[in-house]
Amino acid sequence: MSKNAALSYLPRQSVVHRLTGTAKLAFFLLWSTAAMLTYDTRLLAAMTITGLVLFSVSRIRLREVKGALIFMMILVLLNLFAIFLFSPDQGTHVYGTKHVILPLFWRYEITQETLFYLLNFFLKYSAVIPVALLFILATNPSEFAASLAGIGVSYKIGYAVALALRYIPDVQRDFHNISQAQQARGIDLSGKDKAFTRLKNSAAILLPLVLSSLARIETISNAMELRGFGKHKKRSWYVQRPFERRDWVALAIALGVLALSLGLTLAKGSRYFNPFQ
Amino acid sequence: MSQPIIEFKDFGFQYNAQAEPTLHHINLSIYPGEKVLIAGPSGSGKSTLASCINGLVPFSYPGTTTGSLTVAGIDAPHSSLFELSKHVGTVLQDPDGQFIGLTVAEDIAFALENDQVPQAEMKKIVDEVAGLVDIQDRLTHAPHELSGGQKQRVSLAGVMVDDVEILLFDEPLANLDPATGKQTIELIEAIQKRTGAAVLIIEHRLEDVLWRSVDRIILVEEGKIIADTTPDELLASNLLIENGIREPLYLTALKYAGVSVTPEKKPAHIDSICLDEADRQMVCDWFANTAPAVQQEQAEVLLEVQDVTFGYNDGQTNLEHVSFSVRKGEMLSIVGRNGAGKSTLSKLICGFETPNSGRILLNGRDLVGDTIKERASRIGYVMQNPNQMISKPMIWDEVELGLLQTDLTPEERARRVEETLKICGLYPFRKWPVSALSFGQKKRVTIASVLVMNPEIIILDEPTAGQDFRHYTDIMEFLRSLNRRGVTVMMITHDMHLMQEYTNRALVFSIKRLLHDGTAVEAITMPELVKAASLKETSLFALAQRCGIEPPQAFVQRFIDYDRQVREHE
Repeated sequence: MSKNAALSYLPRQSVVHRLTGTAKLAFFLLWSTAAMLTYDTRLLAAMTITGLVLFSVSRIRLREVKGALIFMMILVLLNLFAIFLFSPDQGTHVYGTKHVILPLFWRYEITQETLFYLLNFFLKYSAVIPVALLFILATNPSEFAASLAGIGVSYKIGYAVALALRYIPDVQRDFHNISQAQQARGIDLSGKDKAFTRLKNSAAILLPLVLSSLARIETISNAMELRGFGKHKKRSWYVQRPFERRDWVALAIALGVLALSLGLTLAKGSRYFNPFQ
Repeated sequence: MSQPIIEFKDFGFQYNAQAEPTLHHINLSIYPGEKVLIAGPSGSGKSTLASCINGLVPFSYPGTTTGSLTVAGIDAPHSSLFELSKHVGTVLQDPDGQFIGLTVAEDIAFALENDQVPQAEMKKIVDEVAGLVDIQDRLTHAPHELSGGQKQRVSLAGVMVDDVEILLFDEPLANLDPATGKQTIELIEAIQKRTGAAVLIIEHRLEDVLWRSVDRIILVEEGKIIADTTPDELLASNLLIENGIREPLYLTALKYAGVSVTPEKKPAHIDSICLDEADRQMVCDWFANTAPAVQQEQAEVLLEVQDVTFGYNDGQTNLEHVSFSVRKGEMLSIVGRNGAGKSTLSKLICGFETPNSGRILLNGRDLVGDTIKERASRIGYVMQNPNQMISKPMIWDEVELGLLQTDLTPEERARRVEETLKICGLYPFRKWPVSALSFGQKKRVTIASVLVMNPEIIILDEPTAGQDFRHYTDIMEFLRSLNRRGVTVMMITHDMHLMQEYTNRALVFSIKRLLHDGTAVEAITMPELVKAASLKETSLFALAQRCGIEPPQAFVQRFIDYDRQVREHE
């Protein structure tokens, strides 16, 4: 298996890890809102760099999440390509000028404006991805539910997330065992058969997996009810930590970035930074 | 006497989804501090009875109740699950499934969190309760880092955070190896002594629960209470056998020897049972007069495992230097504690994993390089839970599934499926949907779906887990009949009865190694082996010692052989 393909918690000694889950979640939400609102290249570039700095502060190495990172990069590139495919002159639309670098065919041509527009788009992702990854990788899963409750989400939803984290490894193990047992009956799931047969054969795993997962759900919901889950509107949390100064600082920074993002847009009356005029 | 803490008065219950009531006219009182075993075969209603006490019935599984049920002074059917959970702590059957938290501490704290207990107080209670069940040094562990016994301790701690007056255990021994089961029974007793709570244990494995005293046994059958008496009284009667519950083996042996078991002899424990000189002599005479079984001649070697070493990850091993061979037509057990490498071994034989070193031969041919699919025509593998194997809604399709991948013509396939269904006693059901079958019948379907490939050897993982005596006998007699047809059968099991009743030979694994390759009797009588592999010594051994029979192993072997003959003629 590739390293940490499922993006699970990586415990380290760092200030990022020491932030409470609630602070990290709030930071992530504010930060992504800021990045979504603006197309200001300078701000996005600064946010990307800050994100990468935070990543190195967290002592999690990029290569530990290589698989996930490559996957996301492919998605981002596909997205950029799709924008170009469906709207090749979006850059000119936005920036009002047209500097052709390389004409292709029909309405497709590469212009400075298009490249710049796509660069901004890319920066939006690169500003958010490190922070999002940090939230996932540096938050103790035990704190997820508490942190969601901390920003006002119903604890029942928060606990659904926590339970998913708890049971994903079990379901993975079920999947593995079921698939092996089906293969031992002569049902080939390896690369030797045709794709269609393989797809059909995968159904042989699905039904037992769904049924055994349903049985799990019944057990767990009984166990939870028997221990009073859902009794009150609120609940306390064993793992929740009180807010400290660093949490407030993190929140302040995130709010500052959001304010800057909004401020730049309002001040200029446009979400774009235009180097062509 | 004080007020009963649980009182059923002419109580009845019918699930909304069912046409008939599950419980009828239940009258039962349980007093504070009592320890009660509720026994009964599957489907007798014993679990429903327990669910009425903790409130799962009728609040999670709705239905109509008649009569009255008072639990800790509360009118149970008209209160709520939450109210009852303050008084009744329930430990469910599956220690893994009921582990809610991501770590031990969170799981123990779960009920406190729901009660909005402040964090500081919560941590104090968790530490205290964790100490009670001796899990305090594992507080930050995730469930997959714990053994089955440890998970059960966590479940127990999780219900003890509320000062409950009633502790309810739903088949606590079902998923545990024999030694851990024994420890669980000891733990339950220790907790009861400390807290003074009333303890209800629902189990059909009577002998294992009776490892420690219980005050009363309630026998449930067809939704009615048919016995409510002391263990001594019940064991002296024929009620257990009549109702499909296995009686302790030493009692069966005494009965074979012609000793009459009366309540006055205190038959509840092998250590305390009073046997006078005449009784002991009867056992000795029986031993002397019973002929030893004839040894079967040895067939040629079918499967050979030669010095196999394997690890799932680099730098660590899960099996080391394992060597043994299996002869054609054998039926053998693979036993040992969880994580000892039993399942790993079966994965290597089926080809799910490849050994790091060593060879596995079938009929003298090295299997290396054969894919799982290629091996599948010769080696069959049956999982513990049939629901994890069945992938077609119809029985016929399910059994035919493996054949679809072969070059057989449709006619040949139909012939093979038909033949297999007949062998497995499923032919009358061939047009049925799988969902209409009982658990035991589903098990048969999964065995049929493997058998249809015509394997020379089948490996079964816990073939009878969670089954009562009746279903157990059903499945095992079926496997024996297959074995007689020439199929070699290997079974991974925790069930000491299964091992001694159906297999002559046992491979005992302990911590990555094959510790012992010998008779099943050795595995349940050699003290060092029993200890190292988390097995359980049979009570027959103690009986032989008490009667002064030398060597006691010979008595155990004689009993097993005789018992097999008796059951075959039934």
